[in-house]
Amino acid sequence: MNLIESHDLTLAYDGVVAAEHVNFTLAEGDYLCVVGENGSGKSTLMKAITGEVKPAAGLLSIAPEVKKRGIGYLPQISKIQRDFPASVREVVLSGCVHGDGRGFLWSRNAQQRAADAMEMLGVSDLAPKTLSALSGGQRQRVLLARAVCASDTLLLLDEPVTGLDPEAVHGMYEAIRRINLERGCAVMMVSHDVSCALREAKHVLSLCRGHSFYGTVDGYRRHERLDDEADDALHRHGPDHPADAPHYVAERGGLL
Amino acid sequence: MTFGEIFSSPFLLRVIGRALTVGILVSLCSAVLGVSLVLKRYSMIGDGLSHVGFLGIALASCAGVGSLYSMEISIPVVILASVLILRLSQNDGRLNGDAACAVVSTGAVAVGTLLYNLTGGRAGDICSSLFGSASVVTISDKDMLISVLLSAVVIGWFLLCFKTIFAVTFDETFAHAAGIRTRLFSLTLSVLTGITIVVGMKMMGAIMISAIIIFPSLTAMRLTGNFRRTVILSAAISVACFIVGFFAACLLSLQTGAAVVTVNLAVFCAVWGIAWIAGKVKNRSIKT
Repeated sequence: MNLIESHDLTLAYDGVVAAEHVNFTLAEGDYLCVVGENGSGKSTLMKAITGEVKPAAGLLSIAPEVKKRGIGYLPQISKIQRDFPASVREVVLSGCVHGDGRGFLWSRNAQQRAADAMEMLGVSDLAPKTLSALSGGQRQRVLLARAVCASDTLLLLDEPVTGLDPEAVHGMYEAIRRINLERGCAVMMVSHDVSCALREAKHVLSLCRGHSFYGTVDGYRRHERLDDEADDALHRHGPDHPADAPHYVAERGGLL
Repeated sequence: MTFGEIFSSPFLLRVIGRALTVGILVSLCSAVLGVSLVLKRYSMIGDGLSHVGFLGIALASCAGVGSLYSMEISIPVVILASVLILRLSQNDGRLNGDAACAVVSTGAVAVGTLLYNLTGGRAGDICSSLFGSASVVTISDKDMLISVLLSAVVIGWFLLCFKTIFAVTFDETFAHAAGIRTRLFSLTLSVLTGITIVVGMKMMGAIMISAIIIFPSLTAMRLTGNFRRTVILSAAISVACFIVGFFAACLLSLQTGAAVVTVNLAVFCAVWGIAWIAGKVKNRSIKT
């Protein structure tokens, strides 16, 4: 079953077009990596999926199951206030907020979910600590545990490893891989780090202007090679030789 | 006035009891709402709404109903303003939040002052709505009833929706993605803040009312790194500071609002100072 389907989607933010002709699908249990340089509309696409931004044109359909169960979202590291007075346990528990009913205290079910998520991400012993006392890597793990509590259908990760040291980056990728494989949870990840993303993901969506692509990782590698060759050809003969420009085909949206 | 005088006169006891009840309940509500407001960087909304409350009182005096029905007029005005400020600060960035607050609050004070001038209001009226009434006799039974109802709603909202309040205060984008109606939350927060401000304004004054929203939560945040404890501590600090300030004002014939805010300020400075020194000592012991 497809969780997200996007067809010829155009997104605008503050009245400026952020991305055009975006085509992709995200199936259950898939691992999709979204790449592209700054300003290519990656963040706006995330906002469109969480419902903060309405599509300017085209179709973006999100399965009712996702809407009902919620999305586990991991924001960019800078978006969380460092000095917020909250314990790790409170933050992870807040992932269970949708569907835990009313009241001042968390249900036993939520507490169990939070404990499992903390165990899985190796942050159980940090539970009573304040968020501001954690290192960057620890904090990202805590926020990932919160996202895991929020949904076992779809995780949306916005630059999950930006600003972390190499060891923490490795740990984060491994944790994400385990959530994807063991829980069967679909992952959609925005990343700057293309080479790592290619190693981890099953599908790639590239939002580079005029080079947009959606397909498998192998397909993306081929597409990039063709692009490079086409650039070389263009360089050698000038733009008047359309026969030498195979990337015009790829521009139409890759494998779709 | 001495304690002996207060307890020997049934009239004074009634007046002071009424004012004390209203003050304690308003301090409780403002401290609880204040934690979310401060952490969501909405402190200025509280400040803006208090100035709109001044406009509401000016409108009431303009309509000739005076202080008797001032709440009936200022509460709807403040609710409208809180929706407006939220709208302005949430739209696509045409006017950012703090600019929106500044526009609304200074505009409201200017128009309110002109209304007082045009309807022949006395300078004393303006002064008491800005700095709080000089005497607590003006607190009526109706004020008490409204403050009881308001605090029931605020405390009830916090007890019933505590988890949502935490999730949205901490990270609105996440809560929205997880399926929480975050706009409804922001609206509830600012409308309840507006009503709290109007109820507390008579005693504290339009200029100083936002202090009892901001100070207790900032002090509490310095003392604990846990959200639940921050809320409870903030409420306790706020009520304690109010009681101290209120009796100090009664006994020394001071302005109630100013006395309460000064006590809050003193506690805030003391806690920050102690925390700062404790931090230095800790650093030194790590180094040696």
